Amino acid sequence: MVEPDVVGGLVGGALIGLASVLMLLLLGRITGISGIITGFINWNTEGSHWRPAFIVGLIGGAVLYQIFSGPLPIEMQAEGPMLVLAGLLVGIGTRLGSGCTSGHGVCGIGRRSPRSLAATVTFMAVALITVFVTRHLLS
Amino acid sequence: MKTILASLCCGIIFGLGLSISEMINPARVIGFLDIAGQWDITLLLVMGSAVFVTLIGFPLVLKQPHPLLSEKFSLPTKSNIDMELLSGASLFGIGWGLAGLCPGPAVAALASLSPSVMLFVAAMLVGLYIAPMIENTLVKIKKPSTAA
Repeated sequence: MVEPDVVGGLVGGALIGLASVLMLLLLGRITGISGIITGFINWNTEGSHWRPAFIVGLIGGAVLYQIFSGPLPIEMQAEGPMLVLAGLLVGIGTRLGSGCTSGHGVCGIGRRSPRSLAATVTFMAVALITVFVTRHLLS
Repeated sequence: MKTILASLCCGIIFGLGLSISEMINPARVIGFLDIAGQWDITLLLVMGSAVFVTLIGFPLVLKQPHPLLSEKFSLPTKSNIDMELLSGASLFGIGWGLAGLCPGPAVAALASLSPSVMLFVAAMLVGLYIAPMIENTLVKIKKPSTAA
């Protein structure tokens, strides 16, 4: 087993949960990043400026981390055409499935939504199988 | 203006959370998904901690008559578990398993100015944009379904 980042994981996770609760309390919105980006692409509705603001904040938070703690630890696991394929699938899948790890995972389960739980179990299971196939069966 | 500032602040907290928990690192994500390899439990701790907070916080918030800065709550209206949901979640699962990046961490990781992250985000934006076209084509091929 790899040494888990227990403190970072629990604190970081709590901040993600807190941001989601605050979004619901202040704006009455579910924090689903894929949905927020989609709203950003189809930018035609009035009063939707909160979406780009959230995206700017999301990147800003990572910038703040870099200022105080040094470079973000990013070790890419795919490159070139595989990375493009992965990006396309993540985009298409989250739009068709109306959500990703944040909207369905963190917020949907928080709302006790069976639909979101079904989506979360599905993408988790498929991702586990994908990693098993690509890293153990095919390599 | 207040909504924009509030959303910006929530985004910052979310981005800090993703950075501190290292979920912006594809190696951590793949490490969790690779149960047959050197398993890394960190993602489960992050998810558990975040869901713990929303499970407690959401019911408290939803007891309020309306959000503090808005007239009403805008909650998802769909509640059915259909093929669209499950096929979408499956495609997302494949992409997530291939790269170890999902939308939130990918966007936050843009802060690193890594060309690979930019490439992934560009492809993801194309995917988000073309998804409805793919869906319409599939609906035309199949018989019209009742799924919303």
